[in-house]
Amino acid sequence: MKNQIRQIFHSPKFTVGFIIFAALLVLTVFYPLIVTNDPLEMVGQGNFFKPGTYISVSEAVNTNPYTLNLNASSSRLEQNLSMEERMAMADWLNQFAGISSKEMDVTDAGGLVSLWKDHYDSASEQKGLIAARKKYFSRLDKKITGLLEDTDVLLAEKNQETGEVSVKKTIPSTSYVNVKDVGSRRVFILGTDNFGRDVLTELVAAIKTSLKIGFIAGLIATTIGLSLGLIAGYLGGIIDDFILFITNLFTVIPSFILLILISYSIGKNARGVMMVAIIIGLTSWTWTTRSVRSQVISLRNRDHVNLSKLSGHSLFRIILTDILPYIASYVVMALILQISSGILAEAQLSMIGLGPATTTVSTLGLMMNWAMSYSAHLNGDWWAYFPVIISIALISFSLNLMNTGLDQIFNPQLRE
Amino acid sequence: MSEEKKPVQNSSCLSGTGVTKIFGMGKEKTVAVDHVDFQFREGEIVSIVGESGSGKTTLSKMLLGLISVTEGEICFQGKPRDIKGYRKKKEYWKGIQAIFQDPFSSFNVFYKIDQVLLDCIKMRGGARLPYEKKVEMMTEACRFVNLKFEELTNKYPFELSGGQMQRLMIARIFLLKPAILLADEPTSMIDACSRATILDMLLKLRDETNMTIIFITHDIGLAFYISDSIYIMEHGKFVESGTAEAVILNPKAAYTKRLINDVPKIHEEWDLSTV
Repeated sequence: MKNQIRQIFHSPKFTVGFIIFAALLVLTVFYPLIVTNDPLEMVGQGNFFKPGTYISVSEAVNTNPYTLNLNASSSRLEQNLSMEERMAMADWLNQFAGISSKEMDVTDAGGLVSLWKDHYDSASEQKGLIAARKKYFSRLDKKITGLLEDTDVLLAEKNQETGEVSVKKTIPSTSYVNVKDVGSRRVFILGTDNFGRDVLTELVAAIKTSLKIGFIAGLIATTIGLSLGLIAGYLGGIIDDFILFITNLFTVIPSFILLILISYSIGKNARGVMMVAIIIGLTSWTWTTRSVRSQVISLRNRDHVNLSKLSGHSLFRIILTDILPYIASYVVMALILQISSGILAEAQLSMIGLGPATTTVSTLGLMMNWAMSYSAHLNGDWWAYFPVIISIALISFSLNLMNTGLDQIFNPQLRE
Repeated sequence: MSEEKKPVQNSSCLSGTGVTKIFGMGKEKTVAVDHVDFQFREGEIVSIVGESGSGKTTLSKMLLGLISVTEGEICFQGKPRDIKGYRKKKEYWKGIQAIFQDPFSSFNVFYKIDQVLLDCIKMRGGARLPYEKKVEMMTEACRFVNLKFEELTNKYPFELSGGQMQRLMIARIFLLKPAILLADEPTSMIDACSRATILDMLLKLRDETNMTIIFITHDIGLAFYISDSIYIMEHGKFVESGTAEAVILNPKAAYTKRLINDVPKIHEEWDLSTV
């Protein structure tokens, strides 16, 4: 046993797969200990906030400022002028101010803006431009003017009785606050989703749930497949024919369609995480049965099985001690594949809205479903779905890698 | 050898009439054993000789009750054999045991070899014996086959050589002391030296317990050397049977003559024309 485990970890494929999988497991175990927020707490009001650190504005205003002699306007220009706007500016300058495109550099926002300020005049004729375009340029000019302004921001206070507004505080453009000084802040490493929930916390919870679904589904499928395969293969005869008939029946009907029909027919209220896992397990056992059966058939006529029979061992004991250990490595591999396909099946089901109908728990598939139904993929809100895809891919990849590694160890034909 | 033979006792311990085994059905029907009649007597060494694929192993498996008989009847110790159900089979296997051809595949590699011997003691009703007594029995059995139990205990089968494994199989038979031993080519997988030892042990076992040994082999020379009577099998049928001298010295069937001719002899040109 010890030797076998050592041998398994000599396989680079298995080791890499195992490390990835173990890292995901460790993440799901330890992340909730560090970040104790409810993963489904709706923090943000609105859809899909960008990843980043969010600090309270009112607190920032009241925090002791530091004066930094930085030219804020140039970084503001760099940040706020999009490439599209810069190209439009360059076009305009080229067309109406006669500046060749060689003299302009769209990556240098400051230089472009100073050219713009020198040449742009909204009152000029601008031949050949439609009115909407003209308005666009005048809007752009206003925006640039706003960005270049370095005047102080005034904070006003309204007197409750007289209704008069009086200046409470002026904030010069050179005043900065240290983010650490602001008490109220929240880091959304992966932004928020459509419900305003922290995607990272939600994702970790989802990985945990999906793994649970995969394990339950895989265990159910392997248990059913293994026992049917053992019985059919060892007993043979009419029992084998019957089990094979049932197995073929389930193989012919695509299990995913079966899955959809069952999920649909049990109704929304009964479709919890557990139920979905059980349904997936109940529809995916067929190939395990077939392969276990064929392995058992090749084993049952071996001499050691005959000897065990002659030693008066019962059927149950022969299956348990003379057949099962010989196919154990194979069953473990089958289990790993079943877990992986269980996780994928859940994701597929949830994507089309037939997964666990619940708002109390998140799964990888449900996250994809939510992101899709709020068009995250169309609006470029990548943080709502891309990390989910990566997680599914990583889980599936690591499990398959482990399986391939095991296969190379236990299948002598594949040994190098 | 023939001079040393014990007087053959007459009571029949295993006999069969019209025993047939057919695999498959319809077009793929294969008749492995075709209506064979036989009668094995107590204390006798019987050889069933035939080339590969002649149905010897199928017949032996039927005799052991590992596969069902398609047609015909087998009588065990004078009475028609009844092995329906696990309990009756277990009882039957107390009286008939086997040694298989390949010692390397005869053991379950996941269990230590002590388990094999302990199972035998258990089968003989010694499950409740104190452990020291069991060890004593196992040591005795190992000594019988020139093995040292102390060296074998707690080892796995794959740590043993083929000859050691096969001797351990005989130790198993020694513990079980069945009335009939079916030896299915027990020496074909091991070298010539070990072969002589193993045959010697089988004969010793017979002398001690008056066991009937059914010896299945393709080696007609070997069969002549140890048997009282010989059955020659070709394509699932017994083509010739009788005492060893009668069959080997005065072969009647052409197949028997061919088998005898096929035995390679030292100092003589080997006649390959019959193949």
